[in-house]
Amino acid sequence: MEIRMTNAHTAKAFDDDLEIIQAMIMKMGGLVETAILDASQALDTRDEELAERVRANDALIDQLEEQVNTEAARLIALRAPTASDLRTVLTVMKISANLERVGDYAKNIAKRSTVLAQMTPIAGAGGALRRMAKAVEAMMKDALDAYTQRDAELAADVRQRDLDVDQMYNALFRQFLTHMMEDPRNITACMHLHFIAKNLERMGDHATAIAEQVIYLVTGALPGEVRPKGDTTAFVHPDGDN
Amino acid sequence: MKSLLDGLPQPLVLIGSDERIVASNAAARGLFGPAIEGRHYITVLRQPTLLDAIEGTFRHRQPTLARYLITGPTRETVWKVLAAAVGGEGLTGVLVSFEDITDLEQIGQMRRDFVANVSHELRTPLTALLGFIETLKGAAREDAVARERFLTIMEREAERMNRLVHDLLSLSRVEAEERVRPTERVDVMALIGASVTALRSMAQAAGVVLEVIGESGPVMVQADADQLTQVFNNLIENAVKYGGAGQRVTIAVSREARDLSLRGPAVRIDVIDRGEGIDAIHLPRLTERFYRVDSHRSREKGGTGLGLAIVKHIVNRHRGRFRIDSEKGKGSRFSVFLPES
Repeated sequence: MEIRMTNAHTAKAFDDDLEIIQAMIMKMGGLVETAILDASQALDTRDEELAERVRANDALIDQLEEQVNTEAARLIALRAPTASDLRTVLTVMKISANLERVGDYAKNIAKRSTVLAQMTPIAGAGGALRRMAKAVEAMMKDALDAYTQRDAELAADVRQRDLDVDQMYNALFRQFLTHMMEDPRNITACMHLHFIAKNLERMGDHATAIAEQVIYLVTGALPGEVRPKGDTTAFVHPDGDN
Repeated sequence: MKSLLDGLPQPLVLIGSDERIVASNAAARGLFGPAIEGRHYITVLRQPTLLDAIEGTFRHRQPTLARYLITGPTRETVWKVLAAAVGGEGLTGVLVSFEDITDLEQIGQMRRDFVANVSHELRTPLTALLGFIETLKGAAREDAVARERFLTIMEREAERMNRLVHDLLSLSRVEAEERVRPTERVDVMALIGASVTALRSMAQAAGVVLEVIGESGPVMVQADADQLTQVFNNLIENAVKYGGAGQRVTIAVSREARDLSLRGPAVRIDVIDRGEGIDAIHLPRLTERFYRVDSHRSREKGGTGLGLAIVKHIVNRHRGRFRIDSEKGKGSRFSVFLPES
């Protein structure tokens, strides 16, 4: 879709440009939300066509990120925005980078789901991954809604929920270790599933980063306290029960 | 034009030729937020299928249909969307209307899930029953002692299946009504008092004291009294059964001027136990159907695995929020937040 940009030197035109650049990342946001949903469904239902569509649509997301960066740079050069207008442009650039990474993770999940579709399903993994995907989808939706509505409280809530996603990842990590130790024939599938779980966990982190940008946008400061991090898999020892 | 939109019940959004939202009705603002007018339509309606439909209508002026999905914190809703070109009174644009088709889509899925659940959970007790029946008809036919023992076990398994069917039907009923918010106003304090009275002897038998800390006067919420009672009964019973080691279960009621997710004044009901607590790893899954932290212990205590799922769906129906906090070795706190009426 062609988004029309104007070059007139008026406050109204500048407001229009700001609105349009925000519309562009919302469009990216919508595409990314759909990618997460579709990738998760493709994994669940072993739908290879759906997985292929996710991979193809990632090109659109990448394209939009380039467009956003170009327009943001143009806005800064031409208008020299200050205060909240400057924060608007800066947060748009950061958020588009976060969204682009989430799109890549969704594409990777779709790719792996195609491989997994050819293998015997691992019992118990599907439900847990589906719940994790739903939690991440909700975080992303709320982070984007918080942006549109300038709702710092909603953004703060998203940050807290990342802990749940980290916990789900921890549980899955251990579950996959157990499966792999029980039967080496499970290893390939479990490795792919683990990467998928890790991708989802990283998506949660990016949704949190977007929420932090919203708080910066609204309050002028990044949230001070260290955000809750619950991923303890780096400390799991194969022989002990951590 | 504005009053025309306000007069219609389905969410409506009017987009002007400058691609900004020119007008909307209260139903639309309920879906997308209060401050949508004046904003570019992409910012408010970001889903790709919807954007494509609107863009298509802008271009070729023919009405276009799309499917729109809203994944809310408590439930998912599906909408049939029509983007139609409109014009007149010096204004050309696109009118987007939303029709709720969630029920249609969900009925099939609910049926499939129900069948899967029932088959899975009934299989074990049924297999046990059949095994014992076969033994009683054969090897143990003349053995009075064995017969006595087996019949006791068979009775227990049959009762387990009975409880399970009862809970499944209960859950099914709640889900069917979940999208319709109850309209009656009830007093939370009164309901909790009734629950505690009913469960006092069961708690005493387990060596647990029940105490209620709360507001002195009535605390009103929009609710279905029977369903809320079920929630309180469930949570208090769980606290006694699984958190009884601390010998004291507290039910605390408080008011919150403004709750984050409920966006308004809320009533908070905490059921607190001082038992062994629950490992953080289980917390996000506790409300999942048939999820158990410890299968053995749950079956021993006669649990169906559905209690918290029922609680979750009832709280959803009441447009509230359910939260579980726990620390291993210290205890657990199950919190229900309801919009105050």
